[in-house]
Amino acid sequence: MLLGGILGAALMTLFSVAPPPETTPAASRQVRVAAAADLKFALDEMTAKFRAVRPDIEVAVTYGSSGNFYSQLSNRAPYDLFLSADAEYPRKLIEAGLAVRGSDFLYARGRIALWVRKDSTLDIEKRGLEALLDPSVRKIAIANPRHAPYGRAGEAAMKTSGIYDRCADRLVLGENIAQTAQFVESGAADAGLIALSLAVAPAMRDKGRFWTVPREAHPPVDQGGAILTWASDAAAAGAFKDFLTGEGGRAILDRYGFERPGR
Amino acid sequence: MDWRAVLLTLRLAAWTTAILAAIGLPAAYWLSSSRFRGKALFEALVALPLVLPPTVLGFYLLVATGPRSRIGGLFESWTGHRLAFSFAGILLASVLYNLPFTIRPFAAGFSSVDSRLLDASRTLGESRWMTFLRVTLPLGWAGVLTGIVLTFAHTVGEFGVVLMVGGSIPGVTRTLSVSIYDDIQALDYAAAGRSAFALVVFSFVVLAVTHALARRSAFRG
Repeated sequence: MLLGGILGAALMTLFSVAPPPETTPAASRQVRVAAAADLKFALDEMTAKFRAVRPDIEVAVTYGSSGNFYSQLSNRAPYDLFLSADAEYPRKLIEAGLAVRGSDFLYARGRIALWVRKDSTLDIEKRGLEALLDPSVRKIAIANPRHAPYGRAGEAAMKTSGIYDRCADRLVLGENIAQTAQFVESGAADAGLIALSLAVAPAMRDKGRFWTVPREAHPPVDQGGAILTWASDAAAAGAFKDFLTGEGGRAILDRYGFERPGR
Repeated sequence: MDWRAVLLTLRLAAWTTAILAAIGLPAAYWLSSSRFRGKALFEALVALPLVLPPTVLGFYLLVATGPRSRIGGLFESWTGHRLAFSFAGILLASVLYNLPFTIRPFAAGFSSVDSRLLDASRTLGESRWMTFLRVTLPLGWAGVLTGIVLTFAHTVGEFGVVLMVGGSIPGVTRTLSVSIYDDIQALDYAAAGRSAFALVVFSFVVLAVTHALARRSAFRG
């Protein structure tokens, strides 16, 4: 009987329509952003700063892999603004008539870093990528180069330094750059090539050491975005995009290791 | 069609099913034949992988199979290989994740056997072991078959846990479902479609055959 009562009460709660909790001040407009995983920490800070400037606009960000978002957006996923880890996906969306013509923009150029845990004995500061040849390195994490821009950059950097062939059979592939970071951060992989933006974020910085891969070692990771044709409030999405590419946004991106995009 | 992924997937499913059958038969028999305090807790524990998101289970397994955990560390010092990102690693993940798919149908099959028949067998002087072999197993075999097929099929279609702990290494941890996912991410929808079609056909045939077998056993009574 008691159990029935509890179950009944639980069901009532599930199906009853509760009034939404009051938020102050109530944002009347909304921007739904699909963002590449390397933006995670920078964009969290960005949205907080943006809220201070524009309390009337609420920015809701979903992080994931750019390729995944591309397929979802090709099927009209309900986002207003797309921030990709490359420049190709937004361009393709525009070609397909899914993103607003002329709305594409470059917002950053990404760098990659070789990351190891604090308790690792690898001398990455002195040896750089050569440290990966150390016999103690059994597994090296990179993002899947087939579809992750940062994975392509990592692979290219290893090829440039002539160590790729000796590393290839020890590579483990992350589905996106955040998972790649998780592979090394958890200790399951001994070293990883991750986005500099993740390496400098507090969550990762305190747990390990990193060495920034020289920018000449790989083709530039130019990151771009676009506004979708079905954006419910294109003006609000534009306002957030302007903040991101403006001086306020630039200062945050600088701090997370994103360079200014190339022309 | 990624044949390496197909072979790897079948190998993973076969091993998972064999190991779980070996663990599941005694565990399910014990569950169905004994009453003890805390049985409900044990049953809940077995059912837990049904509720836990694969990503959550996968993350803890990633940490557990890494060289810094006790399990991963022991494995590495014994074998000289890393457990994380290896076939053994995804096999361990797969066995844990499939526990309920094996044990629950097994236990249901054994519980469905009329206990008077078991009592009769014991009264006639058969040992517990022989009673299990000659009465419980033949009468409860539909449950055992269901468990085996479910486990095999579920492993073939497994995705989240393997994605979390595998690292998508060709021939080692890139199973068919991960390969399909990689294809989709790389916008190669045609390749993804071919693999997915093969997966659907295979699963359909396996399930249809099982149902047919189960029905035949029901007619025989």
